Amino acid sequence: MSATPLLELRGIDKSFGPVQVLRDVALTVHPGEVTALVGDNGAGKSTLVKCISGIYPTDAGEVLFNGEQVHIGSPRDAAALGIEVVYQDLALCDNLDIVQNMFLGREKHSGIVLDEPTMEQLAAETLAGLSIRTVTSLRQHVSSLSGGQRQTVAIAKAVLWNSKLVILDEPTAALGVAQTAQVLELVRRLADNGLAVVLISHNMNDVFAVSDRIAALYLGQMVAQVKTTDITHAQVVELITAGRSGGLGLATDPGGNGDGPQAADSISGGVR
Amino acid sequence: MTTTAVRKDGPAAVTPPPTVGRHARNYISRVRGGDVGALPAVLGLIVLCTVFAVMRPSSFLSAGNFANLFTQGAAVTLIAMGLVFVLLLGEIDLSAGFASGVCAAVLANVVTVLGYPWWVAVLAAIATGLVIGTTLGMLVAKVGIPSFVVTLAGFLAFQGIVLLLVKEGTNISVRDNVLVAIANRNLSPALGWAFAILAVAGYAAVQLLRHRNRVARGLITDPIAVVALRIAGLAVILGTAVYVLNLERSRNVLISSLKGVPIVVPIIAVLLVVWTFVLQRTSYGRHIYAVGGNREAARRAGIGVDRIRISVFMICSSMAAVGGIVAASRANSVDPNTGGSNVLLYAVGAAVIGGTSLFGGKGRVLDAILGGAVVAVIENGMGLMGYSAGVKYVVTGVVLLLAASVDALSRRRAAATGTR
Ligand SMILES: Nc1ncnc2c1ncn2[C@@H]1O[C@H](COP(=O)(O)OP(=O)(O)OP(=O)(O)O)[C@@H](O)[C@H]1O
Ligand SMILES: [Mg+2]
Repeated sequence: MSATPLLELRGIDKSFGPVQVLRDVALTVHPGEVTALVGDNGAGKSTLVKCISGIYPTDAGEVLFNGEQVHIGSPRDAAALGIEVVYQDLALCDNLDIVQNMFLGREKHSGIVLDEPTMEQLAAETLAGLSIRTVTSLRQHVSSLSGGQRQTVAIAKAVLWNSKLVILDEPTAALGVAQTAQVLELVRRLADNGLAVVLISHNMNDVFAVSDRIAALYLGQMVAQVKTTDITHAQVVELITAGRSGGLGLATDPGGNGDGPQAADSISGGVR
Repeated sequence: MTTTAVRKDGPAAVTPPPTVGRHARNYISRVRGGDVGALPAVLGLIVLCTVFAVMRPSSFLSAGNFANLFTQGAAVTLIAMGLVFVLLLGEIDLSAGFASGVCAAVLANVVTVLGYPWWVAVLAAIATGLVIGTTLGMLVAKVGIPSFVVTLAGFLAFQGIVLLLVKEGTNISVRDNVLVAIANRNLSPALGWAFAILAVAGYAAVQLLRHRNRVARGLITDPIAVVALRIAGLAVILGTAVYVLNLERSRNVLISSLKGVPIVVPIIAVLLVVWTFVLQRTSYGRHIYAVGGNREAARRAGIGVDRIRISVFMICSSMAAVGGIVAASRANSVDPNTGGSNVLLYAVGAAVIGGTSLFGGKGRVLDAILGGAVVAVIENGMGLMGYSAGVKYVVTGVVLLLAASVDALSRRRAAATGTR
């Protein structure tokens, strides 16, 4: 584990009008590790990801990337830092082929003409680098791919750009057993290749299978961030559903994150 | 065919040697999977031509009639070429017909009433098209009104503007030599051949260079035989067309000679090449397909979706302007009905019959030309057989419905089989 985290969030607040969705959220993400972000429906996981990727502006808090404070005002800023997101609903165009999708919006040119051979070669290299062997032709339309293959293309698209941090929002939600295993294996490989990975998932088996750390969100608050080896299934479920588990979480704050008592008050004060 | 690993490690993957047989099998499986492409239009064209050739051998098969097909179908085809862009986004432009009428009326006013040279009039007409397209596009993309409603309003309003511009009940003649030549004069036979040879040579150069480049990089290519076949096919089609068009078609050669490729043909050909290049070889074109396929995905990829949406309406209305210029040239005048009656429906029909999807994301500029040919052949052939306008409309309507059904069914089939 490296000394400085790749991404560090401190005190992130985010409201949609009167609804505060994130409050005082802290998160650290290390290169070479899979950080699982867990939480119940509506806990604010997707919102947090959209704040990191520049889709939503934050109301308060700071973002450190590689130890330096940065401002991420747009998806372009995030991409420039090397942050790529694979969204819950896949952002692929069915009517385009694999290469066209992987380079969408960032096509390679020679002059004003699209440089198809170069794009095809780079796409092939990236897929080979991830040991992806499940697609027969790079020129097949994405609509002809299975769910797992599509997810694979979406992930490959994210790593094509020398990205440093890849965030996956429920990449296995719609997949069967075999394809889930395939995608998880790919997620693990990303981290083993030195990338920082944030994985959002509702599936505890997936989380425990691939993650190095687990960060739990409860009603918009980060209630715990611990090593996967230091926590049990049951504890994570408790954190997700009640916001606390033994020494972890809201009520008896162990000092792991700085938002203990006040946060607990505001919860008991009746959010929702 | 989904989960076999063909690609080995490394970028220059070991690819199966491309063979003509494999290529043909791929094509057949694509068609079976619902990706019928231009097949219905081409088959339809062959059937229609055969029927008319059998029923009216002397008149339908004459060189004069062949030339007529081009000048008759030109305006609708040009409008359809622009409509393809709008259809690619899954939008529609119902105002394209009367937009062409407005632009033609501007052309006639500038050249005849105001007396400016022809090129000023042409620029004014195309500028009018750009303004119309920008307005429509802004209303659709920025205000958020469905394109169906915006352009339906345009359909009505532009009809009114044409009436106002040509003073009700009258027409404005277009007598400028250059403008009249566009749809009424021909290239000299030698120029026609030069044009055909240039087209085939250019196509061959592009195809062969691409093939060589891909082979050099170890990428999968179409077999060279298929490439050669395509080039030969184009050479045969263009060669035959130019040969027939270069035949004498004057009834009395002593009075005047009439032969050669109509001037609209190279105009359409150049626009076909330009727009095909834009759609297939530039980022802008790629982004049009992306927005048509999945607007949200395009937005997240950093594509300026609004800009794309506005721009396709601009292209559509300017192509409508070009169509209007050709229509004015052919009629030697502009009247309140220019761009009216069946023009729009024929243009939409042409694009859809050619294989452009009404659901967005799928289509080519070439589709407009293939579909335009089908529409022109129906109109022309049925006219020769003495059917009334009423029957022609009904038949064209049925053909359009057939094309739309093919579109919808092939989509369902593609969804079911997973191919496209
Ligand atoms: N654009 C928005 N406007 C207003 N409220 C929003 C918006 N986006 C999300 N919310 C609210 O923020 C809360 C958190 O939503 P979010 O999508 O981040 O949850 P999540 O943890 O990703 O849930 P899930 O597991 O279901 O994906 C929800 O209560 C949701 O209603
Ligand atoms: Mg979510």
